[in-house]
Amino acid sequence: MSSSEVSRPDAHVHFGVFFQGVNHTTIWSDPASGSQIDFETFRRIITTAERGLFDAFFLGEGLRLREQNGKILDLDIAGRPDAIAQLTALAGITEHIGLVATQNTTYNEPADLARRLAGLDVLSDGRAGWNAVTTDNAWTGANFRRGGFLDHELRYERAEQFIRTVRAIWDSWADDAIATSTDSAAWADPNAVAHLARSTSQFDISLDATLPRSPQGHPVIFQAGDSPVGRDFAAANADVIFSGHGTHFDDALAFANDIRVRLLAAGRPADDIKILPGTQIVLAEKASEVEEKRRWVLEGQYTGQTALSLVGLVWGRDLSDLNPDGPLPADDPVPAPISVTRGAARDGKDPITIAKEWRTLAEAKNLSLRQVAIETSARSGFVGTPGKVADELTRWVRAGATDGFNISPYIVPGGLDEIVGWLVPELQERGAYRTEYTSTTLRGHSGFVNR
Amino acid sequence: MSIFALGIELDGEGNHPAAWRRAHHPPSESLSGGTLTQKARAAENAGFTLATFEDSILPPKGDIRGRVDAVNRASFVAATTSTIGLVPVVETTYAEPFHTSSQLATLDYSSRGRGGWIATRVAEPAAARAWGRPVLTEQVDLDREQRDSIAVVRSLWDSWEDDAVIRDYASGRFLDRDKLHYVDFEGESFTVKGPAIVPRPPQGQLVVFGTEADREQVDVVLVTETDRDAALDAANRSRGLTFIEIDITLDTPGVSAADRLAILNGHQPATKSPRLEYSGTTTGLVQLLTDLADHADGVRLFPTVIDEDLPVLARYVLPALFKSGVAHRPVPGSSLRANLGLARPADRHAEV
Repeated sequence: MSSSEVSRPDAHVHFGVFFQGVNHTTIWSDPASGSQIDFETFRRIITTAERGLFDAFFLGEGLRLREQNGKILDLDIAGRPDAIAQLTALAGITEHIGLVATQNTTYNEPADLARRLAGLDVLSDGRAGWNAVTTDNAWTGANFRRGGFLDHELRYERAEQFIRTVRAIWDSWADDAIATSTDSAAWADPNAVAHLARSTSQFDISLDATLPRSPQGHPVIFQAGDSPVGRDFAAANADVIFSGHGTHFDDALAFANDIRVRLLAAGRPADDIKILPGTQIVLAEKASEVEEKRRWVLEGQYTGQTALSLVGLVWGRDLSDLNPDGPLPADDPVPAPISVTRGAARDGKDPITIAKEWRTLAEAKNLSLRQVAIETSARSGFVGTPGKVADELTRWVRAGATDGFNISPYIVPGGLDEIVGWLVPELQERGAYRTEYTSTTLRGHSGFVNR
Repeated sequence: MSIFALGIELDGEGNHPAAWRRAHHPPSESLSGGTLTQKARAAENAGFTLATFEDSILPPKGDIRGRVDAVNRASFVAATTSTIGLVPVVETTYAEPFHTSSQLATLDYSSRGRGGWIATRVAEPAAARAWGRPVLTEQVDLDREQRDSIAVVRSLWDSWEDDAVIRDYASGRFLDRDKLHYVDFEGESFTVKGPAIVPRPPQGQLVVFGTEADREQVDVVLVTETDRDAALDAANRSRGLTFIEIDITLDTPGVSAADRLAILNGHQPATKSPRLEYSGTTTGLVQLLTDLADHADGVRLFPTVIDEDLPVLARYVLPALFKSGVAHRPVPGSSLRANLGLARPADRHAEV
């Protein structure tokens, strides 16, 4: 590989937990699978993560229910809370862990979103984060006042202006603007709160912000885009990248080195962004149990119907009458002008090419349709005994491939129990994981100074 | 049997613009989570059926220029309280009804069925400038946004039937898509497709509050009148639950209500209230509320200084009302709807 390792012998592994909700990788067909919407499920996961000294708890966002072939997708878990409202409720029952809300920059407006994020940040004493995502499709816009108003090419322009505007709103109040005594001349120093007016290609707003800065200054900004534009956007605006590069070490290292180069080009220090790839961790206490556990998880995630649905995405039609344990469809996919699946598209690849690749794979390894779906879709993540996985995670972080991992539990609410109970102590024994929280803010947990 | 429910407004440090001078903590703690939790717990322990949270995207009009979003505040105390209803203001004029629906449904989950909503018009042009939307000031426009927003939010709450999540192992289906419904709302100023991203909230429909102009769409009408007879008349005429709004200033140990108001007005004169005002002894307030209970279904009290008036309400006023049977403590484990005597509504799509 062209990417070279960056030696960081004392680096710690950082963990976040991503409560995905809407997907097929959270197993729902097992007796241990709990409600996806009851508050108790969220309470259990976040308190487990906090016991495990995680940096943060993440919630995703999807502003329209997913559809396939024009119908609501009924195979996967669906239904989720509003991220900021739910995280604010969770802030009331936790003390340290960061609270990260995925919120998009297209179907929100800066004054409102800045205020709701700052509200979470103030009430949690500086534990808020914002995973800023861009959306442009008119299909999602059908749920909003302006509809599908934004051209695809303008989504990053809007996102960049959005973040800058939000940051300006967060900086409207000087630190120490609020009086510390009831005998003061005024509740807040009138000169310490600035009126904000902005006029850009995307926004024309004027407001008096209603919130002070929190103990961490600004909520921590996360970003997940992976295209060259997305990476530059992150290098210019983000504190943390929630990357997709968590499967292969060399790929993760190349991504991290690329981000370091982009950061320097943007005039920021090379370590000014933390990288947390999304991943899955499957643990078994004994080496002899690892394979069985791995298979159990995959079979729960890829039921026959889910496999038919995933393959149906490529073929562009309903395959639910096929036998998932039989071969791939005999005919070729008919390319559709636009994706028939909404909210879960495989971006960019030509279906006929994919089908060809899959057939070759199936023949080479003698795989059924379901096995192909598993082989081509499954996030392999980390699988092994706690000790072996701890060694591997430590290696990744200490060679500069990542700063930690954003773990998606494959089952809720119990999916973090083994990670916190088995893996965290192994990492701590290696001196590669904190043994107590040393900060009260998310910015502090992430290794930054307050902004 | 009719109910008489007690509500309290917990915005800021109280209703008086100078209330922060009498708060039991420094101004720098006014907006903190700890202060909010303390107030919500005090109101719950006192026996209030619900707490309300005023809001606007614009700064408050009193001395306190800061304010956390009301859904955030209600949510923050949702899991650390157990019986009190939590009712934020969310404006309808510029906000996205789809987000409003999701936020409030989420509050209903985190509070286990104690969520409500005061749907409110915002007439100040400054709100449009903050949102970056065309200014609406005509009453007909404000009324349309209010009406359409409530309609959309309510239909989104019904867009998942209660039994839409089936987890059918045999067919591999998590959802029964026949129990999910597009709302397909088409109004004059916006359209919403649906369905919601949040399953149907625990109460089915949260308790919605509004004005008499919203009567057909809301569960509870808030009566805002300065004159007692006008307030009673409005409550008597309204066809459904009504709450009368009252500003209260009570005698506290050693300081009369009149002196308290005079001191506060010396710092910053209060503007004319749009509501009934009561100032005086606790027994006088108990008598007033007992009289109102013959005409209205509840009250929303606006304490002049929360840290001073709430302890007096808790110590003297609510116990007297509970003892005489005029009002009751909310039942632990019950929904806000149940505590207001409202049934859990069937989903509009459900087969009877």
